[in-house]
Amino acid sequence: MNQKRVMAIASGGGHWQQLMLLRPAFQEYSIRYVTTMAGLPEKFDALPAAIVPDCNRNKPITATLSAFAILFQMFRHRPHVVVSTGALPGVIGLAVGKLIGARTVWVDSVANGEEMSMSGNLARPFAGLWLTQWEAVSEKSGAEFAGRVI
Amino acid sequence: MIFATVGTQLPFDRLVGALDQQAGQSSEEFIIQTGPSRLKLEYATGFKQLDPERFERFVEGARLLVAHAGIGSLLTASAYGKPLIIVPRRKSLGEHRNEHQLATARQFQQRIGVHIAWQVSDLGPLLIAKDLMPLEQTGAKHLQPLLDRIRTFI
Repeated sequence: MNQKRVMAIASGGGHWQQLMLLRPAFQEYSIRYVTTMAGLPEKFDALPAAIVPDCNRNKPITATLSAFAILFQMFRHRPHVVVSTGALPGVIGLAVGKLIGARTVWVDSVANGEEMSMSGNLARPFAGLWLTQWEAVSEKSGAEFAGRVI
Repeated sequence: MIFATVGTQLPFDRLVGALDQQAGQSSEEFIIQTGPSRLKLEYATGFKQLDPERFERFVEGARLLVAHAGIGSLLTASAYGKPLIIVPRRKSLGEHRNEHQLATARQFQQRIGVHIAWQVSDLGPLLIAKDLMPLEQTGAKHLQPLLDRIRTFI
């Protein structure tokens, strides 16, 4: 049994669905999921999981609450690896992850076919592996391309 | 039954309203997950936000899915092998923070099973078409190298 701890973070909706498709990349480790929509982890059998408040740039107060909730999860579980498909909660996760010495992976959403998302750009300094799912975005942004979920 | 989902973060009443009108002219049942909509539906059945289980049941029961150009919708249609009509949200109409849904629509317009209504006025003919191709299941062709890369890094 490999005891490496992985924290996998994504907002509810499309980001979460993409994270679920990436599970085979880390399923042998001890994974803890973090998302923003109650009921999602149960539906995908992605447990144990924590729900944090959703956040986007238009709602600074919930974003702050969300940041604290993610901080709490990170310090409580001290992951060796943090993986996120976005959006803003994932940036926070990667930032804290880097701070505590975790390996950090950003997979920018496949929704961003023409340019890197704003969260992706924010995540760049914290991402050990900074991936886009489109070749064209890779050329423009310098992010690595390896494949895509759909 | 036609099941529509327009995203739950921001309203998309241009699409919700158009679908309600179409429902009034159709004998088929329309069910819409409306998100934070301000509209009162006359003909379609609306839910602001469905729990994942009921959402899945509606998807399974639908002949056709209609959605905003969100990746969640593409992945859902692909997972269940349903035809999908997408209507991109537009920043220029205040429907999103940027124009990435137009980009998504352009990226996926060649995909079999993805039918794009660039305007809501394009919806009518697509909704009554009986021969819309379903989306194929997500292939491992694109996904496997991505998984391998992440695995190696970790």
